Amino acid sequence: MLAALLVMAVGALVLGAALGYASVRFKVEGDPLVEKIDAILPQTQCGQCGYPGCKPYAQAVAKGEADINQCPPGGEEGIRKLADLLGREFKPLSAEHGVEKPKSVAVIDENLCIGCTLCIQACPVDAIVGAAKQMHTVVSAQCTGCELCLPPCPVDCIVMQPVGEDVENWKWKYPVFTLHRRAG
Amino acid sequence: MLNNSPFFRQPASVRSVMLRTLAALLPGIAGYVWFFGPAVLVQLALASATALAAEALMLRVRGRPVWLFLSDGSVLVTAWLIALTFPPIVPWWLIVAATAFAVVVAKHLYGGLGQNPFNPAMVAFCVMIVAYPQLMSQWPAVGFTDFAAQMQMVFGERRIDAVVMATPLDFLRTQLHTEEARETVSAILGAGATFGNIGGKGWEWIAGGYLLGGLWLVQQRIITWHIPAAFLATLVVVSGLAQFADASRYAGPLFHTLTGGAMLGAFFIATDPVSGATTPRGKLIFAAGIALLTWVIRTFGAYPDGIAFATLLMNICVPLIDMWTQPPVFGHKKGGPP
Amino acid sequence: MLQKLFRFHGGVKPAYHKEPSIREPIGAVPMPGELVIPLHQSIGGPPHPLVKAGERVLKGQPIGAPDGNVSSSVHASTSGRVKAVEMRLAPHSSGLAALSVVLEPDGLDEWIERRPVPWRDLPSSGVRDALRDAGVVGLGGAVFPSHLKVNPGKDGKLDTLVINGAECEPFITCDDAQMRERGERIVRGAAILGDLTRAERILIGIEDNKPEAVAAMERYAAAVGDPRIRIVAVPTRYPAGGAKQLIRVLTGIEVPHGQRSTDYGVQCFNTGTSLAVFEALELGQPLISRIVTVAGNVARPRNYEVPFGTPMRHVIDLCGALPDTDRVIMGGPMMGYLMPADTVPVVKATNCILVGSARLFPPPPPEMPCIRCGECAKACPADLQPFELYWFAKAKIFGKAQEYKLFDCIECGCCAYVCPSRIPLVDYYRFAKSEIWAREREKSAADEARERYEFRLHREEREKQEKAAKLAAKAAATREKLAAAKEGDAAPAPGAPSAEEAKKALIAAALEKAKAQKAAVGTPANTDHLTPDQQAQVAEIEARRAHLKEVAQSVRPKDDE
Repeated sequence: MLAALLVMAVGALVLGAALGYASVRFKVEGDPLVEKIDAILPQTQCGQCGYPGCKPYAQAVAKGEADINQCPPGGEEGIRKLADLLGREFKPLSAEHGVEKPKSVAVIDENLCIGCTLCIQACPVDAIVGAAKQMHTVVSAQCTGCELCLPPCPVDCIVMQPVGEDVENWKWKYPVFTLHRRAG
Repeated sequence: MLNNSPFFRQPASVRSVMLRTLAALLPGIAGYVWFFGPAVLVQLALASATALAAEALMLRVRGRPVWLFLSDGSVLVTAWLIALTFPPIVPWWLIVAATAFAVVVAKHLYGGLGQNPFNPAMVAFCVMIVAYPQLMSQWPAVGFTDFAAQMQMVFGERRIDAVVMATPLDFLRTQLHTEEARETVSAILGAGATFGNIGGKGWEWIAGGYLLGGLWLVQQRIITWHIPAAFLATLVVVSGLAQFADASRYAGPLFHTLTGGAMLGAFFIATDPVSGATTPRGKLIFAAGIALLTWVIRTFGAYPDGIAFATLLMNICVPLIDMWTQPPVFGHKKGGPP
Repeated sequence: MLQKLFRFHGGVKPAYHKEPSIREPIGAVPMPGELVIPLHQSIGGPPHPLVKAGERVLKGQPIGAPDGNVSSSVHASTSGRVKAVEMRLAPHSSGLAALSVVLEPDGLDEWIERRPVPWRDLPSSGVRDALRDAGVVGLGGAVFPSHLKVNPGKDGKLDTLVINGAECEPFITCDDAQMRERGERIVRGAAILGDLTRAERILIGIEDNKPEAVAAMERYAAAVGDPRIRIVAVPTRYPAGGAKQLIRVLTGIEVPHGQRSTDYGVQCFNTGTSLAVFEALELGQPLISRIVTVAGNVARPRNYEVPFGTPMRHVIDLCGALPDTDRVIMGGPMMGYLMPADTVPVVKATNCILVGSARLFPPPPPEMPCIRCGECAKACPADLQPFELYWFAKAKIFGKAQEYKLFDCIECGCCAYVCPSRIPLVDYYRFAKSEIWAREREKSAADEARERYEFRLHREEREKQEKAAKLAAKAAATREKLAAAKEGDAAPAPGAPSAEEAKKALIAAALEKAKAQKAAVGTPANTDHLTPDQQAQVAEIEARRAHLKEVAQSVRPKDDE
């Protein structure tokens, strides 16, 4: 009886020491979960999720304050990845936060632009160049398609244009075959 | 819609692979009929008909093109393996139930051809030997080839005890294991084991038939040498070592390789590509594992043969074996330049 | 001494069909009425157009400037007038258009001035620039810019330079024809490449199903008399002409995917590239045409020298397409790409125009489930497990596919060729690869967006702090002045302004400043000295803006509803 107790006690001590050592030795700085969630988010910084940017949303998800289905640009695939990462059940995109749209970029109609700089201030990634009373233009390579520049524009000269397919970014399609072609 | 490259292909098909596999079974079947009578042909027909019906039903239920998939012949291979591993005088309903179980549960419920992790024929064998150990252990005595009597056992109710006996493997096991009869292997099997009576009368001829068909499959490049070679080599080594340790308790390599389902297992069961290992090294490990387990079950277990259980046990290990034995990719081999 | 040869794993032996197209010598193509020269014909950045519609260009004149160093020039294939620089259907499976220079030949075929490059006296960077500006790219089909490959590697020398004349794809004989007829230039080009890469030996590998080419090349090599050069016949087995496979066969070295072969002491060029290098450096001729095999479902298969931009149909018409023709393939039957139409132009990557029909290339029987038979693994020249890649690609588990080395796949088609289940395996790999590339593009775009967003937050924070600091400093200064004034009040110094006055002065100064700022904004600097014309234009624009503003404002409330 005593021997058994001793064995258990020694075992507990050894394991406890090992765990304690491990927690010191392998201490992780920062909050890797937030980083991991942030890495999945599309970084459009559009705020459709109800948070001021992707990072704040990631923090909210990590804390359990926000659900995983509030990011329309990330789409269904993004939700799946978040569900995988957090070990949660997949759920469809929440309708109140928006719908999944094809990737678009903002284009300023330069004939209409009055040079008010409001869109420049709204752009979360500084992808609009221009100055007061000068025409503005969107650097399309850096535009995330967040649409945050649309509402501030007083003359509605910004439109979202879907990114077209060209020879460079064309993708091979998933092979689809008609199983029933020669069936029967 | 036109397809993409490559625009031409070798004239190979799943059907041709399966049909040649069936053809390779014929020499073994011939020996079977010679020694155990034509009942096995009836069982083959029963199993084939059941398998085709079950396959057609499942394909229809699953919304697959029935004729296209039915004609690939894969289900016939399963059916024939069932008929050849079961005793030829089991009642008809046993074969029908076993085949239906193999096709419906072990094959289609796992996703159909190419998706089943377990060899369907062996699943059926294991299920039936657990459910009906008595019926699954009764073989016709060698030379008892009276078709009418055999049919009476297959389709009738009556079991004729006089013409029923255990397989040599089963007989050896029960003789060695019963407490009162402590006999030696040579005494049980007959002292001067000559060819024709090594694996039990008739068995080695059937094994020879399977060997012949199997070698033809290797020559046809349908199976590679890895699995049969590793299987037989392991069985020989293990049984040889055991015999060397205690010849009175353990039967030797010749007996083990030429009796029961060893040859069928080596060339036709373990080589099932769907449920087996696929890498060259993986095949060696996989087959060696089956052989080792087979010997263990035959020697220490409570079942007449161990091939089926051994195969299923190794089927479980296939994903791991394959993962660990991935051959090095071009340019990523060890010992190359930097 | 007999060359020791090595084996590569796998491979297949399809029917070769090479003989029909090699009976006749290389033919010339009459100039078509219109050349459509796509600007992006090589790996790397798309070149920028150098010409405008209406311009006259000379044969060999650059029409596309390389976009950075990983790119290559494009030249006019003949003299004529530029009709347009516009999007035209590209010779690409996507069926999409690409920016092309449309040229109307004037029939004079007038060359620009051609000057041989003094490559022996130039530094290696100069030679590389010359090759880039001559538009020399790999003509085996990969069109990788050659100038990026002519360097001796990290050891400063190469063990072996491989010249690839294996040409393993069925139907294609353009390298064969070129070796027979223009072998001397190939050999001389090989010698130049050998000098540039400082190679110790140069092995020209040719599949042994081309004995005439081997014999011809041996003759030319003997005539040139370079002791480094040796012609080696290699066993015929597809894909022996893959660069990695040929390097393996000739040297035993396996170059892993994504690594520079020069780091392993080898480099590989196609025979056609070798010839192009010779012509670019010794003759000063840029790459404006290539040898193209026209084969398959045609009455008279043959090799032609085709200027880039020639519509494929123009060349096919010379060979007489049979009536049941249903497709045009660029490349061979194993790796070629289906063309969206027969009007697409011949480009640098076009080694073969394969005319197809349902009789020649019957549609594949229906796809069956994979039975893991392992035939594909036996046939894979990259030692991959194609069926595993297939599972992962099919299930879209791309991470796993990459783990199983999807990108080591050279898309040679051997696996699909042998598959008894007739699964279009390569289609799955192409799909998976382009999905992975798209994801990587998305990922890098997201990373950039994150960086820019964080920088913006940082900048806003900084600006806020700066503003606060400025305000604080200003407030402090004001307080100081006030304090000083108070002190003056307590002990009034003669002539010192009172506190009241100081405050007033400050406000006045601020007003002045604001006025000046307003004035400055009101008249932008670049509108000071305008011609009346410009002023009129400005006025017009202002009027339009005012109008639009009104319109917009009248429309806006409706939008908001």
